[in-house]
Amino acid sequence: MQRIGVFVCWCGSNIAGTVDVQAVSDALQNEPGVVFSTNYQYMCSQAGQDIIKNAIAEHKLTGIVVCSCSPRMHEATFRKTAAAAGLNPYMVEIANIREQCSWVHKDMPTGTEKAIILGKAAVAKVNLNAPLKPGESPVTKRALVIGGGIAGIQTALDIAEAGFPVDIVEKKPTIGGKMAQLDKTFPTLDCAACILTPKMVDVAQNENIRIFSYSEVEEVGGFVGNFDVKIRKKARFVNEDICTGCGICTEKCPQKKVPNEFNLGMDNRRAIYIPFAQAVPKVATIDADYCTMLKTGKCGVCSKVCTAGAIDYTQKDEIIEEKYGAIVAATGFNPISMDKFDEYAYNQSKDVITSLEFERLTNAAGPSAGKLVRPSDGKHPHTIVFVQCVGSRCAACAEKGKEYCSKICCMYTAKHAMLTRDKYPDTDVYVFYIDVRTPGKAFDEFYRRAVEEYGVHYIKGMVGKVSPEGDKLMVQASDLLANKQLHIEADLVVLAAAIEPDKSARPLATQLTASMDTNDFFTEAHPKLRPVESPTAGVFLSGTCQGPKDIPETVSQASAAAAKVIGLLAKDKLTGNPCVAASDELMCNVCSSCERVCPYGAITYVDKEFRMPDRTTRVRRVASVNEAVCQGCGACTVACPSGAMDLKGFATKQIIAEVDAICR
Amino acid sequence: MQKVTCDTLVAKACELLENGTVDRVLGWKNGEFVYDVTPALFTTVDDIKSEFVFNDFCGANFSKYLIEETRKTESKVLVFLKPCDTYSFNQLLTEHRFDREKVYALGIPCEGMADITKVKAAAGDGITAIKAEGENLVISTLYDEDKTVACADMLAERCMVCKSKKHVAYDELLGEDGDVIDSNRFDEVEKLEAMTEDERFAFWQNELSRCIRCNACRDVCPACTCEKCVFDNPESSVANKAISDSFEEKMFHIIRAFHVAGRCTDCGECSRVCPQNIPLHLLNRKFIKDINSFYGEYQAGAEAGSRAPLVDYTTEDIEPTDAVLKGASDNA
Repeated sequence: MQRIGVFVCWCGSNIAGTVDVQAVSDALQNEPGVVFSTNYQYMCSQAGQDIIKNAIAEHKLTGIVVCSCSPRMHEATFRKTAAAAGLNPYMVEIANIREQCSWVHKDMPTGTEKAIILGKAAVAKVNLNAPLKPGESPVTKRALVIGGGIAGIQTALDIAEAGFPVDIVEKKPTIGGKMAQLDKTFPTLDCAACILTPKMVDVAQNENIRIFSYSEVEEVGGFVGNFDVKIRKKARFVNEDICTGCGICTEKCPQKKVPNEFNLGMDNRRAIYIPFAQAVPKVATIDADYCTMLKTGKCGVCSKVCTAGAIDYTQKDEIIEEKYGAIVAATGFNPISMDKFDEYAYNQSKDVITSLEFERLTNAAGPSAGKLVRPSDGKHPHTIVFVQCVGSRCAACAEKGKEYCSKICCMYTAKHAMLTRDKYPDTDVYVFYIDVRTPGKAFDEFYRRAVEEYGVHYIKGMVGKVSPEGDKLMVQASDLLANKQLHIEADLVVLAAAIEPDKSARPLATQLTASMDTNDFFTEAHPKLRPVESPTAGVFLSGTCQGPKDIPETVSQASAAAAKVIGLLAKDKLTGNPCVAASDELMCNVCSSCERVCPYGAITYVDKEFRMPDRTTRVRRVASVNEAVCQGCGACTVACPSGAMDLKGFATKQIIAEVDAICR
Repeated sequence: MQKVTCDTLVAKACELLENGTVDRVLGWKNGEFVYDVTPALFTTVDDIKSEFVFNDFCGANFSKYLIEETRKTESKVLVFLKPCDTYSFNQLLTEHRFDREKVYALGIPCEGMADITKVKAAAGDGITAIKAEGENLVISTLYDEDKTVACADMLAERCMVCKSKKHVAYDELLGEDGDVIDSNRFDEVEKLEAMTEDERFAFWQNELSRCIRCNACRDVCPACTCEKCVFDNPESSVANKAISDSFEEKMFHIIRAFHVAGRCTDCGECSRVCPQNIPLHLLNRKFIKDINSFYGEYQAGAEAGSRAPLVDYTTEDIEPTDAVLKGASDNA
């Protein structure tokens, strides 16, 4: 029989305001096994913890129930308290009477009744608890960063600086990501390439960093400290080790009509290409969809002109298997498709462009060599209309667009407007907005400069329709402050398209068993207190894959994720979770369901001898759990048809006892 | 009328026993009544010649017997497998339930087995003999003249919607192999799905309230092979051998259906042996139909060692929330 102590926390007035804590501790006093019950203002405080420690010693407690906040908040705290008093930490159960009672109920009788019921359930469970001892597992001192944009680059650099090897997997032929496509960056207006490309070079030169470009994560197995990852290195038909990046092949290739994705299809590239001059690795890649040689077997020009002999038309995808201790997701974002936004005539007119296309148009390395011209006729636009929140902040019921604010559009639109006015003072610039949101260091000053110094026309209101008429774009909009309809004859319309997570994020999340929100942004372990960790141990989040952010924020988060990874890799051993699966070998019937369903490969089968009633022995294969590998997810306990698998600390018996206590 | 005759099977069994390939034969012999054919283990040629039978009442699926049989000795046992039995055979192999090396599997063709309830309904009580003549059965009774009924009209439900005449596992095949059949076995399930929740509840309550908890469905089920069954655990409070409360009506069969979900080959033995004629196979078929619609067509036992969708995981798997929504709309 257990000797159980019950400790009811007031949490100031957080709990005590809606739950009669005295009634709870009195009621639980009479539960089976309970020998001591009390309540206190702040159980998590030093004084509160001392009450627990003293009670454990004085009443020779074998288990304790703390009725307090969510176990996510303070379970670890109270386990430590118990351990300090000599009690096995897994003899502690938390009844969540804050989030589940006081915060969700308004009147005291209901809150109190429920708190007592939850307390009874916890007592029923502790009665069946057994001391558990965690195992240990080693840590592979290598990190994987998925995505080679500015987020992935910063994370990788920071981890490498700390002395740990890092691999970057980037699906494009070069690292650099979206930032490489930008022209200037707010609010300081330094050019993106000038601050990004040196970092890319740092990555290439860092001994601790390996870049797998043109590669994708194929499969993820294992668990924190010991991930097994398969990486598919796609065939680029160029030997990376030999190619010098001289670029002759990209000039001689006769296939000239390949839309250039780096310039968002606004110009063409060859079938063999280097995405941009500062690409890292600076290695050519053959686009198999367009290469005449690969499609018909006739051509071979690149191979002839390559003095290094780097072209290899027979190259195949390669699978690389590597072990990692930590994984960082840095999969980034994309602007959403404008296909559903017919009102802005994006698909009807070449002169309706997205902001990212505008970046390329104003970029010196872009399709117009930095000259701001209309894509349709190459003429200089004299009136430009910027439309903000295209697909951002949409109603939840809207079929197109996103509910969230894309966060970066206000600032980059201010930047675009300001730079346009600065370079082409003869151009009229209108910005239509719902709200202008500029929190951030030197952000509002930046926006005000656009309005006050550069004379950009900021108009509160949405654009209702853009219709191409001749070589003009008729923009119909409302000015909400002046309460009138506007008709603007524009030469160029720029849409601040909402951003969404890259499409590769969801399948990746599934592989990582990391969770996502409904918008496919990765969910953090705690929105405030653990913002760069995913709820899956060993998986960290960097950059816009976690939510919309600008470059400064992305870099801060990238470094934060790196700090967390370094913290993990610096450990020699990880203390495991003792709440792992165990098989009752007498009940196990070898069906292998558990082995198949286990996401961690923690279950194997061993031959065991069993004594039979007739005094013979029989050898049977039975399931055996590798406790260092098991993560206690419980999938096997559900899959096991004979009920032989059970989870320590969460045994079926314990759960049923809790349910019984609640139903009593 | 079966295409393969009893004599052929007897000759084959005797041959394999005499040449030492096997030392035991799993087969059928007559029970108390002519239609009451019972599984039996033969060890001598004499026994086989005098007692072995094969007719339209040999529905029993021997696959599950192999678990115990292969544990007995190191030598081989001969087993006769109808096409549907081979699916159970494979499923048990997938689950490592018996040693394949200790089995000699003889595939036999099957024209469908008769349902004694239908025969009794057609001919009345007091059946003394049933003889197969061409496409008909001639039934003699104590009280009446001989009656002739078409075999096709007497087929068991599972045979009317037979899913396969193809053997998916055997060492040797007697006669010609058939094909997997585009069966309409889910029609009945669809009818249940079309019901309102209340109608469906009433349907199952009506059926399951007849359960006497004899455990025959569990004992015969080739997917129910746990070393220790949860329903035999005296501490579980569900180990009764007699109906004592509404547990049988509400939970027993549903728990069993969950336990065999994804592993049930739809062999239909549960319904065959049910003394209360409860259409237990419909519960299992609903699971099979759902698995098919959620994860793509999957036939348990079609291939030994295959990874069943419920114990496998791919990135294409349906999201649990979508499965719930889909299930709700299917059952709307």
